[in-house]
Amino acid sequence: MTTTREPTEQHPHARHQLDRVVIRFAGDSGDGMQLTGDRFTASSALFGNDLSTFPDFPAEIRAPAGTLAGVSAFQVQIADYDILTPGDTPHVLVAMNPAALKANLGVLEKGATLVVNVDAFDERSLAKAGYASNPLSDGSLSGFTVYEVPMTSLTQQVCKEAGVKPRDAERSKNFFALGLLSWLYTRPVEPTIEWIATRFADKPLIAEANRRAYLAGLHFGETAELFEATYEVRPAHFPPGEYTQVTGNQALAWGLIAASRLSGLPLFLGSYPITPASDILHELSRRKEFGVRTFQAEDEIAGIGSAIGAAFGGALGVTTTSGPGVDLKSEALGLAVNLELPLVLVDIQRGGPSTGLPTKAEQADLLHAMYGRHGEAPLPIVAAKTPSHCFEAAIEAVRIAVKYRTPVILLSDGYLANGAEPWRLPDVDALQPIDPGFASAPNHVDEDGTPVFWPYARDPETLARPWAPPGVPGLEHRIGGLEKADGSGNVSYDPHNHERMVRLRAAKVAGIARDVAPVEVDDETGDAELLVLGWGSTYGSIVAGVRRARARGQRVASAHLVHMHPFPPNLKEVLDRYRVVLVPEMNLGQLSRLVRAEFLVDARSLTKVQGVPFRAGEIESAILSALGGDA
Amino acid sequence: MTTTAVPATTRKDWSSDQEVRWCPGCGDYSILAAVQMLLPDLGVRRENTVFLSGIGCAARFPYYMSTYGLHSIHGRAPAIATGLATTRPDLDVWVVTGDGDALSIGGNHLIHALRRNVRMTILMFNNQIYGLTKGQYSPTSEIAKVTKSTPFGSLDTPFNPISLALGAEASFVARTHDMDRQHMQETFRRAHEHDGAAFVEVYQNCNVFNDGAFEKITGRDVRAEMLVPLVHGEPIRFGAEREKGVVQRSDGRLEIVDVAEAGEDAILVHDEHREDPGLAFALSRLAHGPYEPTAIGVFRAVERPEYGAEMARQIAATQERRGLGDLKGLLRSGATWTVA
Repeated sequence: MTTTREPTEQHPHARHQLDRVVIRFAGDSGDGMQLTGDRFTASSALFGNDLSTFPDFPAEIRAPAGTLAGVSAFQVQIADYDILTPGDTPHVLVAMNPAALKANLGVLEKGATLVVNVDAFDERSLAKAGYASNPLSDGSLSGFTVYEVPMTSLTQQVCKEAGVKPRDAERSKNFFALGLLSWLYTRPVEPTIEWIATRFADKPLIAEANRRAYLAGLHFGETAELFEATYEVRPAHFPPGEYTQVTGNQALAWGLIAASRLSGLPLFLGSYPITPASDILHELSRRKEFGVRTFQAEDEIAGIGSAIGAAFGGALGVTTTSGPGVDLKSEALGLAVNLELPLVLVDIQRGGPSTGLPTKAEQADLLHAMYGRHGEAPLPIVAAKTPSHCFEAAIEAVRIAVKYRTPVILLSDGYLANGAEPWRLPDVDALQPIDPGFASAPNHVDEDGTPVFWPYARDPETLARPWAPPGVPGLEHRIGGLEKADGSGNVSYDPHNHERMVRLRAAKVAGIARDVAPVEVDDETGDAELLVLGWGSTYGSIVAGVRRARARGQRVASAHLVHMHPFPPNLKEVLDRYRVVLVPEMNLGQLSRLVRAEFLVDARSLTKVQGVPFRAGEIESAILSALGGDA
Repeated sequence: MTTTAVPATTRKDWSSDQEVRWCPGCGDYSILAAVQMLLPDLGVRRENTVFLSGIGCAARFPYYMSTYGLHSIHGRAPAIATGLATTRPDLDVWVVTGDGDALSIGGNHLIHALRRNVRMTILMFNNQIYGLTKGQYSPTSEIAKVTKSTPFGSLDTPFNPISLALGAEASFVARTHDMDRQHMQETFRRAHEHDGAAFVEVYQNCNVFNDGAFEKITGRDVRAEMLVPLVHGEPIRFGAEREKGVVQRSDGRLEIVDVAEAGEDAILVHDEHREDPGLAFALSRLAHGPYEPTAIGVFRAVERPEYGAEMARQIAATQERRGLGDLKGLLRSGATWTVA
């Protein structure tokens, strides 16, 4: 930490420079902590920091106020260099009530700063949080730097002047917190003022209350003589380009729209609301100017059923869901495998089994995606690795689905879905077109020389069947879930034909390996002993963990899979290069099981199922112990 | 798609080369024939016609048509048809289903397709039994039915499919039976003309597992006395001499009376366009089962916005207002900043 400005009479606070800071905003579910965190993030993005966020909230919309179960938190790391995670341990906790303090104290950095809303630390609230005595006065916080700020009463005071009732004003206290933290970390002010005016344009009184609360927070920091310094995190060095901030669900929705454009196929989304996937439905339903049809179905089955119907008609059929919805869609997914129609099923994974942890992330649907259908029903699987990568992953899923006439499962998770990061906008003109290659003429001649259409005559290279949406005379055909005769597609119960069809479907999917990018290995020195192999949202934690291990002098490589099925063609060769293969996953070891089975590699599994991402430190420790233990 | 005149066709043009594999004597044959013989009269094109189905004996129907077809999974045809009909308004979408497929495993999809009014013609073959799985009772089987799965008699109250469709806000609801080709064709024609979801219950005999289920009302010798034809704008009368009729009592109850006794003016005049489905509902419950005088024909045909057209309208209106979507603009719809 360097000091960039000494205190002067005009600026009584010193300004210190930090390379990064991790802040966690925590309060009651109804306190608006997600909004506060979002806004802090947005102004940091505009300022040019690198950042990564972790919204962490309960499944209940409003759990009982003031209880530990009702605590909603938003963690953001901002930095002047490229970071990959929302940070292991927050340096600053903003606690709007005793429960928020109690629930988050354990995850903080040693000696962290606490900014607490002291107004909420009354006897009743303390009791609700399970505090026998007030932690602000009983000495239990002696290891922390504590700032007690009367956020509620100060907010009420400034709002009163604008004619806002105290009860309504109380709701603006999150903007006070935002203002105070914005001052403390020298965030730009204007964008937030403008944002408040736009966001609450139709509610002028609320807009005014929020604006006043926000400014009051800023002024409080400046004048209260409570803080001795402010901090700044300078802009990060990003590659040149135009940037925006996206969440995974937003990027995924945009990727689907882009794929619709690239293929010329109208996008149809059949979906049933489910956490944490619903935001894709919301985003796409707003985008009618792109000709997107969104259909909120009566259930998960109708969601995928309608998408299959749309695909049969020549549209880009997509269905979005989370684990419980995948269970319900399994039968229809098997139908799509048999019909060999393009379809994308997006699974935003969450903690399971059953209803599990709806708002928490897990990667435990991989084996379900691989094997969760009756019969031999293989399909390709693509997994996104960062929020912005969801854009690319969606296009890749559509490309495979359309080219190979197959359903594809696209895996994301709650952490990617809601997490945000800066995204350098791609050049959309450079994106590769996707050719739907509709059938236009008969493709076979029957015994008496008549040209006929065979719906299951395959492309010899891709093994894909023709896609012939209704409307073309001469290509009328019937397909269904019953086994079909190779070529003609007529119903067939012939045992040898069945075996041929089972093997053809498997060979088609396996052959996609020839058409996917090889997995890239990050092996700085080229002589690493250990490879960390990951997939999905653990990307950030793994790369950060690997960097830390390298900083300790360890030779470590990492590789991250996007194509989960089939695996990239070079994966075996990559795995064989390393003495130790470590596979961190937010499940009980699903990818590690797959690579062990497929490649006879003695992969070591590192698992975590707490609904929260790996910390970089956990990956680092696992690397060190794997290497140390062997040495 | 094509703008040239619709070519003249015959039944043969609508039949596929696949051997029909229903049991000999099955009522499905006459329904298939009725459809194949009707289509040449409808002025439609084979390539723009799609038959969709779920699972069951009835669900094999698409294989026997020379149109586009999709034989899907149990109960899901209305959901699949919804995706097809909303993205392809140029197609004629038919759903062929049975009482088990539509009312048991697929009940949810049926009621929602009906309430949304998605343009599709649903033909539900009701034989009051599970045929393909070899003889278990169905959701339309009468109480106490003894079958393989109910050796001591079934316990459940059956659905009345017409009442169910009316309760699901269906805009077109009709009933016909497999013994009367002309009535079937007239009913199917009306259903096909309807702009929205059309639901047709077809009483169909399963001669293997539930033979004669409807013979008390559809048999040639009893039909005149047991079937009550509904004709829009006409008094609801039946009987060999049209001597019986339906009247509505002051408490709303429907009753069958002798026309001579009640007087012609007292007989209820059928109005399929009534906004309130209450009377149609009462007509659907004129009989307690296929052993009492049973209403057939179009119970309800009202105009209501079609779902796919409404979806297209929202898209067109948005494109009119905002212009066609611009991908570059989409990616810049939030705050952006430039790094030099």
